Amino acid sequence: MTYPAGTPTRPLRLIWLQSGGCGGCTLSLLGQQEPDLVTALRAAHVEVLWHPSLSEATGAEARAILDAAADGTQPVDILCLEGSVIHGPNGTGGFHLMAGTGRPMRDMIGAIAAHATHIIAVGSCAAFGGITAGGGNAVEAGGLAYNGTRAGGLLGAGFRARGGLPVINIAGCPIHPGWFVDTILQLAGGTLSAADLDEWERPLAYTSQLVHHGCARNEYYEFKASAEELGDLGCMMENLGCKGTQARADCNTRAWNGSGSCLTGGYPCINCTAPGFEEPGHSFSATPKISGIPIGLPTDMPKAWFVALASLSKAATPRRLKENAARPTPAILPRDRRKEGA
Amino acid sequence: MSEKPSRLILGPFNRVEGDLEVRLDIAGDHVEGARVTSPLYRGFEAMLVGRPAADALTYAPRICGICSVSQSVAAARALAGVRPAGLERRLPPANGQHAINLVHAVENIADHITHFYLFFMPDFARATYAGEPWHEAAAGRFTALKGSAATQILPARAGLMNMMGVLAGKWPHTLSIQPGGSTRAITRAEQARLRLMLAGFRSFCENTLFAAPLEAVAAISSREALYDWAQGRGGDFAHFLKIAQRLDLARSGVTRLRHIAFGAYAGGDGPLFPRGMFDAGIGAAGPLPIGAITEDVSHAWYAGEGGAPRHAAPTPDMSNPDAYSWCKAPRLGGNVAEVGALSRQLVAGHPLLRDYVARDGASVEARVVARVIEVALVVMAMEHWIAAIDPAAPFQDTRPRLDTGDAMGLTEAARGSLGHWLRLDGGRISHYQIIAPTTWNFSPRDAQGVPGPLEQALVGAPIRAGETEPVSVQHIVRSFDPCMVCTVH
Repeated sequence: MTYPAGTPTRPLRLIWLQSGGCGGCTLSLLGQQEPDLVTALRAAHVEVLWHPSLSEATGAEARAILDAAADGTQPVDILCLEGSVIHGPNGTGGFHLMAGTGRPMRDMIGAIAAHATHIIAVGSCAAFGGITAGGGNAVEAGGLAYNGTRAGGLLGAGFRARGGLPVINIAGCPIHPGWFVDTILQLAGGTLSAADLDEWERPLAYTSQLVHHGCARNEYYEFKASAEELGDLGCMMENLGCKGTQARADCNTRAWNGSGSCLTGGYPCINCTAPGFEEPGHSFSATPKISGIPIGLPTDMPKAWFVALASLSKAATPRRLKENAARPTPAILPRDRRKEGA
Repeated sequence: MSEKPSRLILGPFNRVEGDLEVRLDIAGDHVEGARVTSPLYRGFEAMLVGRPAADALTYAPRICGICSVSQSVAAARALAGVRPAGLERRLPPANGQHAINLVHAVENIADHITHFYLFFMPDFARATYAGEPWHEAAAGRFTALKGSAATQILPARAGLMNMMGVLAGKWPHTLSIQPGGSTRAITRAEQARLRLMLAGFRSFCENTLFAAPLEAVAAISSREALYDWAQGRGGDFAHFLKIAQRLDLARSGVTRLRHIAFGAYAGGDGPLFPRGMFDAGIGAAGPLPIGAITEDVSHAWYAGEGGAPRHAAPTPDMSNPDAYSWCKAPRLGGNVAEVGALSRQLVAGHPLLRDYVARDGASVEARVVARVIEVALVVMAMEHWIAAIDPAAPFQDTRPRLDTGDAMGLTEAARGSLGHWLRLDGGRISHYQIIAPTTWNFSPRDAQGVPGPLEQALVGAPIRAGETEPVSVQHIVRSFDPCMVCTVH
């Protein structure tokens, strides 16, 4: 095939590894649409040297590819890791021995990373530890460049890949296929720089927004018309643990599976793109409060202002929003007053 | 004196979900014994203990990215099952059941076609088959990432998955599935749009996969009739059957075990596919004694006793010298059991699959045929569930539930029976055990030394001259559609 302007003249060789995760980021990625994943990889001129779910090579054939990448004889332009790095039990890495080798998977990840031009942590597990690090983290799961919010991870604080960039953290549980495809297209075009990453080295392409932006429930938020139970139409910040006003992602402007998002599905944002989301310190679908005021207010808004504005807007809530907020389907619809009887 | 068998270690074993290693003892030109290793442990069962009850609905789907909805359904059912002894389980309203069935069906059907096109069929493109008359066509169609099928299957799969956007918000890892139903009410316009999305997928099935109407495929009632139907037909299913006949896959990877199913897709008159047991050794069906399910950890890296999942909670421990996997060994009354689409259809009494197993036992071909036939059966059922939604009626029962008690949540994932067993104490989880489909199929040996279904199926697998990654073993392993991350969770 011929390649559009801006694509590299030789293929970018990609290796994808999986460790302590659920495979959900790969499965989400297979949902890439318009065009499909295979066409998107071709458009970025990416050649998949090995991917555990998609490649022909298996067993000894696969080990030969990975060993060559680990000793530097097989150049790797993009190394992707899905799932967290597993260090347990007691720092041995024994909870994930690489199949066919009897050695900790951690060692293979580190060896290939030492030679790769670019490294992508695919999903919150690979970036920060994620769900695999939940519940006391008995398996000693961490990320490539972070353990939770602490810099370090497998590769160490201040790590830079051969191409000069830090580990690119496409955090999310799972990733949206578009987040990944955007990133490899920019890498292929040579246009992704450190300035395109946020303070957790997540691509700004999807973290320059809050999940709150474009939320179909924003009108309820404005008037503090709140949902009481999962499935209600109102804003889920006050009672149901929604972190959309703090979470960084474009979930409500870049649809999931054609038209969806957690919020349109009737359940709260759990801030899955952030380090430590797996341990919120409270039930995911409940909002902890002190004297009736939610403790997790929008990060860039002084609390006193929020409380004052909330009480004002609650006093001014239109009846339509107040009545509809605590129901799964609207009882009152907007009406044009010029129509008689409206 | 016989020659000592040589060893072969296969891994990483790819195009399965998650991490897998298979160790083979080889005698001459065939496999004499097999040991199956799940080398990754994450510890979800322990992670959940101490958390608020509702957190199970956030954590459980993240056990697995390929069958996250199945995990949600099992967790939601387990939570819904906590109730005083003697009190009936409170079922979600009809709309909630239809919505959950649809979300679950989308995932299961997507699993089946992902497995068929992306995981299973690419093995026929392998160089070891280069001399076969059918190889060139198979390679052109199914080579991994490069065959012509890939750019057809992916848009069809994504189009089907768009139903998730409407019904469940996002996939994987939706939180829309709750003990009382679905959080997402569907409007009349959305009901129509769902019908359209499913019509798009039916069209893919009828044009590309089957080259025939779904109703015609679902009605095929014997292996002979299936072969006649496939004769001279286009479509990828007939393509598979042609290769399978050449390779005699109906006599490859054979087991004659008990098959179990927990029941799939709830309905007012019982599930679409029923709960039960089918003994492939004697060809008889019967009820499934759930209470006879136990887990054995004699050959797995755990300390403590196995036993009934309601009580036992073994902890990880790599010091057991007999152990070779993180997978426990589930047993039904002490017996090995196989699960999956084939098991579901055997229990349900589908004549085509019963005929397959009566002739030659459960085989590579029978397992693949069952999955593909199930695509037709479930898509037709989905059309009825969409039509049955009443947008004016509730989708969820949100009345409060008990916060102390024991319960189990049973369902069927694409690759077989899935069960969650939990106990709540004062609103917190105090016990959580999961038995996933591949835990049954890829179980290691038990205390009696009896191998699990895959380990049995691999015995006798032929090895072609010069092979280091025997292709027959590839077919047999993948015929189970393993999901390793679920297996040990």
